[in-house]
Amino acid sequence: MVSALTTSERTGALAILFALLGAGVVMAASTATRSDPMGFHGYLVMLYALGVMVALLRGYFDAEPPSSRLEHYYDDPTKAGIILAMGWAVVGMFVGDWVAWLLAYPDLTFNSAWASFGRLRPVHTTGVIFGFGGNALIATSFHVMQRTSRARLPDQLSPWFVLLGYNLFCLIAVSGYLLGITQSKEYAEPEWYADVWLVVVWVTYLVLYLRTLARRKEPHIYVANWYYLAFILVVAILHIVNNLAVPASFAGAKSYSLFSGVQDAMTQWWYGHNAVAFFLTAGFLGMLYYFLPKRAERPIYSYRMSIVGFWGITFFYMWAGSHHLHYTALPQWVQTLGMTFSLMLLIPSWIAAANALLTLNGAWDRVRSDATLRFMMMAAVFYGLSTFEGSFMAIRSVNSLSHYTDWTIGHVHAGALGWVALITFGSIYALVPWLWKRDAMHSPALVEWHFWLAMAGTLIYVFSMWNSGIIQGLMWRTYNDGGTLSYSFLDTVEAMHPYYIARAIGGLLFLIGAVIACWNIWKTIVTPSPGAVSVADGQPLPSLLPAE
Amino acid sequence: MGVSERDPHSGHQTTGHEWNGIKELNTPVPWPVWFFLIATGLFAVVYWVLMPAWPLGRTYTQGLLGTDQRAIVTRQVTRANEDRASGTSRIAALDVKQIRADPTLMKAVRDDGHRLFGDNCAACHGSDAGGNKGFPNLIDGDWLWGGSPNQIAETIAVGINSPAATNSRASQMLAFGRDGILDNDAVIAVTDYVRSLTDPGVARGAGAKSVAAGRAVFAANCVACHGPDARGNQSLGAPDLADRTWLYGGDAQSVYTSIHDGRRGEMPAWGERLSAVDRKLLLVWLLDKGSAP
Repeated sequence: MVSALTTSERTGALAILFALLGAGVVMAASTATRSDPMGFHGYLVMLYALGVMVALLRGYFDAEPPSSRLEHYYDDPTKAGIILAMGWAVVGMFVGDWVAWLLAYPDLTFNSAWASFGRLRPVHTTGVIFGFGGNALIATSFHVMQRTSRARLPDQLSPWFVLLGYNLFCLIAVSGYLLGITQSKEYAEPEWYADVWLVVVWVTYLVLYLRTLARRKEPHIYVANWYYLAFILVVAILHIVNNLAVPASFAGAKSYSLFSGVQDAMTQWWYGHNAVAFFLTAGFLGMLYYFLPKRAERPIYSYRMSIVGFWGITFFYMWAGSHHLHYTALPQWVQTLGMTFSLMLLIPSWIAAANALLTLNGAWDRVRSDATLRFMMMAAVFYGLSTFEGSFMAIRSVNSLSHYTDWTIGHVHAGALGWVALITFGSIYALVPWLWKRDAMHSPALVEWHFWLAMAGTLIYVFSMWNSGIIQGLMWRTYNDGGTLSYSFLDTVEAMHPYYIARAIGGLLFLIGAVIACWNIWKTIVTPSPGAVSVADGQPLPSLLPAE
Repeated sequence: MGVSERDPHSGHQTTGHEWNGIKELNTPVPWPVWFFLIATGLFAVVYWVLMPAWPLGRTYTQGLLGTDQRAIVTRQVTRANEDRASGTSRIAALDVKQIRADPTLMKAVRDDGHRLFGDNCAACHGSDAGGNKGFPNLIDGDWLWGGSPNQIAETIAVGINSPAATNSRASQMLAFGRDGILDNDAVIAVTDYVRSLTDPGVARGAGAKSVAAGRAVFAANCVACHGPDARGNQSLGAPDLADRTWLYGGDAQSVYTSIHDGRRGEMPAWGERLSAVDRKLLLVWLLDKGSAP
């Protein structure tokens, strides 16, 4: 892979790695005289920089790549991103199932601080959202933006910087949780130095995307790119604002948020809900809009619906975050805005889901026979279901029952498992044979197995959490004749126990599916195709073909 | 740049754009989309008019209904307290014996007491009040500080060794070994003696000498609190060592640890945290659940 880089790109990479190594040395040295967990991250950064440096130096003096490389799309970072995404999927889902069992059997902590729920749970959320989801988004966005712009990535260094820099951020994040580093903001737990690093990586990503678009040979920008761009741009804004903080010392991990009290809560949930919107929705809609029509070989049902859906989603979502703070110290008028915009948001969300499903008209026979396309179809169905549920739960009176209960967890996983993970698996199953020039996945039967395991796992998970959450919510609000609460908190915990076991079993099925996917993808990569190579997506740059 | 064509399956025109093989149809937006967009928009506008909604500098639009979630909660809490007071006023007025004789009141005691105990006491004493190591069983009729209703009520109100209450019950088992009051042989001997009170086997055979030595150590160091017959002293919270109830375990190692390192159990004072009626409910609930008279 290094041999594809030009000499100046190799030099640039080496310079960046030396700078990173220096940063790691400074982090480790500044905490050398006292115990601060940032010191561990100093060593981690050094190790990471050295590891990448070794890989770089092994091909450093190879011959300059031929200029014919410019006639092809640059897919090496996409391939690496897919493998990284699948690795994070297994780690993140494994820890997720671990904490699911931990909730059913709370003594399973081995008397170790790192194994407590509070530290493992962010390892799960960061592992699956940022590790699995983020790598899949970066990898597919590199693929999609080149194809739909008919332009090669503008250089070969920045995609690697984005991908490897992003994974360094994920590593710092999850290792920090185990050490007890957190700024206690959900989905934004990493401390200030990790946040600063992610800003650098993410702005590079945005610039890379814009540079590729600027080089495009297609007059129009395809819908998938609108969504990917919204994802990259808004996540940058969200990340920067919510993580504004003052480090207690530049030689330590601890920082204090710039916001306090209800302003802090509102900023956090403006961030949190828009992370759902622009990370877990917009980015994956970009994926859906490319891989579903490509796999189904059908035109998008309605360009006009794409427009209404896109602008509705991007506009309405921005207001919806305050529905996480119903009946709190947050002024009621802010709650009103959050609720009403959440309700209006349902329509553009359903437009996007409907546009995807109607695109399948004329290809439903393929949905039946092709598990990869079925992954994408079910993803669109779950997207529609979970956005309906989300708008419903944003209604204040519904929220008074559902808030703080497992219903929320069930809702999140209907979206995360049913929508985000299914569209990602579907896209990866489509993409892997294209990128590695194979006829098909190594074992289509295992793709079928994965589909049904994922489906069973999701349904078991979501139904058990619906039951648990609604029982919990009702028990919390049941009064006896004397006018006091009927149940102690302990009673509710006991009532939830069987559902927690069911949930852990559902999660286990989903995890097994992901492990099967890893094996299948690996076999596809290492087994050469026997016959003619399918070139559905691997043609040379059409720009070099005669003009249309 | 492509030209728009007709999709044979749907009959709709394409937009003429194409990206790596992906085309899109120019299908009009179906009317239900516009209908529901407008409907949800209208709902939002109506809701904004009725409820607090939009910021105006330092204030906000109050809404025609004039609702205020703080006022609503205050009202609901006041009403709930009034409702509850009508049910609990008799419990507050009557004494324990009268309450226990009244089946209607006892139903309320069982409902409320279960919840109060579960939310406040079960974390230490267990959800069945059966106790845990270091946390006494509350339904076995064996009491450290006395089992009369007044004594139990006092323990609940002021706690034991509670730093929060100045009038807390206070009790401490000294660390006889760790603090050097007794040498290790003496601690072992008195351990054997204490165990022999409930397990005569300890005093037989090789243990007889140690038990005899321990009896002397006990008489010199322990009787002030635990009494000459080791039956304890409820006014000091000193446990009866001659019964078979062990708060910290009755095996040799546990008894040795208690003598060597001392014990100083703590119970919070609930007088500040729970109302008088709630504490009385807990008291009656405990008496009802346990074997105490």
